[in-house]
Amino acid sequence: MLREYNIAGFGGQGILYLGQVLAYAGLLSGKQTTWIPSYGPEMRGGTANCMVVISDDKVRSPLVYNPNVALIFNKPSLEKFGADIMPNGKALLLSDLIDGELDRDDIEIFKIPAKTIAEEMGSAMSANMVMLGALLTIDPVFDYSQIEAAVKKVTPSHRQHLIEINLNAVKKGIEYAEQMINGGYKEQEG
Amino acid sequence: MEKTMMKGNEAIGEAALRAGCRYYFGYPITPQNELLEHMANNLPKHDGVFLQSESELAGASMLYGVAATGKRVMTSSSSPGISLMQETISYLASAELPALIVNITRGGPGLGRITPAQSDYFQAVKGGGHGDYNLIVFAPASVQEMMDLTMLAFELGDKYRTPTMILGDGIIGQMMESVTLAEPVEIKQKKPWTVGRRKDRDYRNLVISAPFTNEEMVELNVRLQEKYREIEANEQRVECYRMDDAEFAIVAFGIVSRLSLAAVDSMRNKGYRVGLIRPITLWPFPEKAFASYPQVKGYLTVEMNEGQMVEDVRLAVNGAVPVHFYGRGGGFTPAPKQIEEKVAGIMEGGDLA
Amino acid sequence: MKQVFGKPKSLTENPFTYCPGCSHGIGHRLVAETLDELGIVENCVAVSTIGCSVRCWRNFDVDVVQGAHGRGMAVATGLKRALPDEVIFTYQGDGDLAAIGMAETMHAAARGEAITVVFINNSLFGATGGQLAPTTLAGQWTSTYPNGRDVDWTGEPIRMAEILASLPSTSYIAREALTSPKRILQAKKAVRKAFDVQINHNGFGLVELLAACPINLKLKPVDAVKWVEDKMIPYYPLGEIKNTKGVG
Repeated sequence: MLREYNIAGFGGQGILYLGQVLAYAGLLSGKQTTWIPSYGPEMRGGTANCMVVISDDKVRSPLVYNPNVALIFNKPSLEKFGADIMPNGKALLLSDLIDGELDRDDIEIFKIPAKTIAEEMGSAMSANMVMLGALLTIDPVFDYSQIEAAVKKVTPSHRQHLIEINLNAVKKGIEYAEQMINGGYKEQEG
Repeated sequence: MEKTMMKGNEAIGEAALRAGCRYYFGYPITPQNELLEHMANNLPKHDGVFLQSESELAGASMLYGVAATGKRVMTSSSSPGISLMQETISYLASAELPALIVNITRGGPGLGRITPAQSDYFQAVKGGGHGDYNLIVFAPASVQEMMDLTMLAFELGDKYRTPTMILGDGIIGQMMESVTLAEPVEIKQKKPWTVGRRKDRDYRNLVISAPFTNEEMVELNVRLQEKYREIEANEQRVECYRMDDAEFAIVAFGIVSRLSLAAVDSMRNKGYRVGLIRPITLWPFPEKAFASYPQVKGYLTVEMNEGQMVEDVRLAVNGAVPVHFYGRGGGFTPAPKQIEEKVAGIMEGGDLA
Repeated sequence: MKQVFGKPKSLTENPFTYCPGCSHGIGHRLVAETLDELGIVENCVAVSTIGCSVRCWRNFDVDVVQGAHGRGMAVATGLKRALPDEVIFTYQGDGDLAAIGMAETMHAAARGEAITVVFINNSLFGATGGQLAPTTLAGQWTSTYPNGRDVDWTGEPIRMAEILASLPSTSYIAREALTSPKRILQAKKAVRKAFDVQINHNGFGLVELLAACPINLKLKPVDAVKWVEDKMIPYYPLGEIKNTKGVG
């Protein structure tokens, strides 16, 4: 098994945290994992992205050039990374903030209004976790219990009160994606 | 053994604590601040000493002071800061003091940028400061190696009474990866040469880098060189990947070796007989490994600089086969695909002997 | 026959290698007498740095670490942090302490490191042949300013003791001169206090000793001492500048 992820958006959207939860879930399920934050002055605000690799074998390149799965949180990231997604890969777009289309007919595209879903829960900051939940349904590499354990591991001690909120958001994302797929309103292009 | 996720920079700090290092001096510079902060947060919990120095010059001299007492000590910085430390690093070598210096390299020359680079290879392996000396230089390629080679650096530093260096890059420093924590070690090394607690012995100890006579100066150089030859004989470390039947080999260290591994695997799937030689110690350079593969018809050295390690590869190969170079300084990171194209170009272009 | 005067025990058998008339011999002796009195020769590490005094490691019969030019107090910082129960002192000249080592000096003092500093101020770079130091007096001949120090070009000489006394974390600062038996006795007391403040109060103690360098002043030894009296002391006033712990 080898999964390469690119997760991209604005600073403050919880991009790096989402990547770390994913990487930890990999660790907790006995895989080899790497996580790399976007590197450069942009670390201090503005756009943020991280690359996660989860593999049965030793990870070769921790730098992800052509991800199997991309989680895209804003339009600039879509423009920057959309073309790089591996053919037959998957793109999860935060549709609240992305009005444009991704012109690829060789990948599966899922539009998740994660911000709206999170706001309905009363936790606008949890859109990242809604996206993570949707990912669990769309590309079921991990089960919920592994994600739950990873969230508990990654959340810093001064933010423990957010664990429950985050896990609820994950569940909402799972439900939304299930409905989307089973209800037949998956937006697949091409 | 406990497995966790950790940033490369933090893994160095965690390893240092497990190796019994209780003294850290440093000055802020990106991209190694996680290490500085890891030591600031954790040394006090171990009754250790963390001190942020007024400069890298001063920090290196504080390190020198602790090293003279025989206690395990380290500092870390990035390229411009390491340049400032060269003064004391030369003194450490001359006074034969073990200490660990970590360079999480950034792109230069000058202030440069915090983009990852390998452009301090020459500075690290050719001495770095004034005089004839070498450091044992390690090039970790994973967070696990950031940990394991830090432990080893302290051990070999004590064994040979020599300063050691971890030459990392910003990618491995900033990267999180699954890692098995090293077991804490008990330091058993006897160090009869250290200053302090003179009442325990009937002679006084001097830690000096200024012999009194010309004869003593020559003796010091002879002694140092004998030690370096011993290190060259015993401490070369290297990983050879898919080399046994390789007709062509990539040579790369640090993060570039990871990217090269991906290129090797991809090319092997296409039928190219390509392997990888990855120096783990940059000094001593693992020249013996090159003699083990006489069937190799050519090498490509890939570096994130303008061509530095390639000189040592050429010395090791000694003209037997062509040695090519691919790289760029200032923050260029070669993608596996680019490496693959370069190798394929050489192999198909009939540019092999 | 009863011996009434001799070499302090804290000095080795190695002869001094300083020039005729140089004040370093007296400076060494005052430090060594203090080490004898305090009985700390087995509990003490000295730091020598660069300049004429680099080889004090041959003469002080204690463990010695020789550091890089100007970095004496940084080396001493490392030593004291690693060996908090040992007495740590540096023996530094003015070029070392006040030119290249200004940052290390200021910050060690600002941290209030529990160390003792013996600062030999002879107004010039001795070992390299009499070049301008930060302490060179206005108009004074040096090999790099043969027409004398022009303060419009190089600035006024720096009074280190006063500057260091202004830092809140320093405990004991004094300046004395090695020019006459009376002054040398006074200097001895100051050296002792600079050690006492470290040992008894964990404080930073520094004593600046005005010293003669006849060779580079191009004066006879007697005249060099007179020059220190007549020229240096008026600019560098003697006495205890700071003694917050009341060592005495």
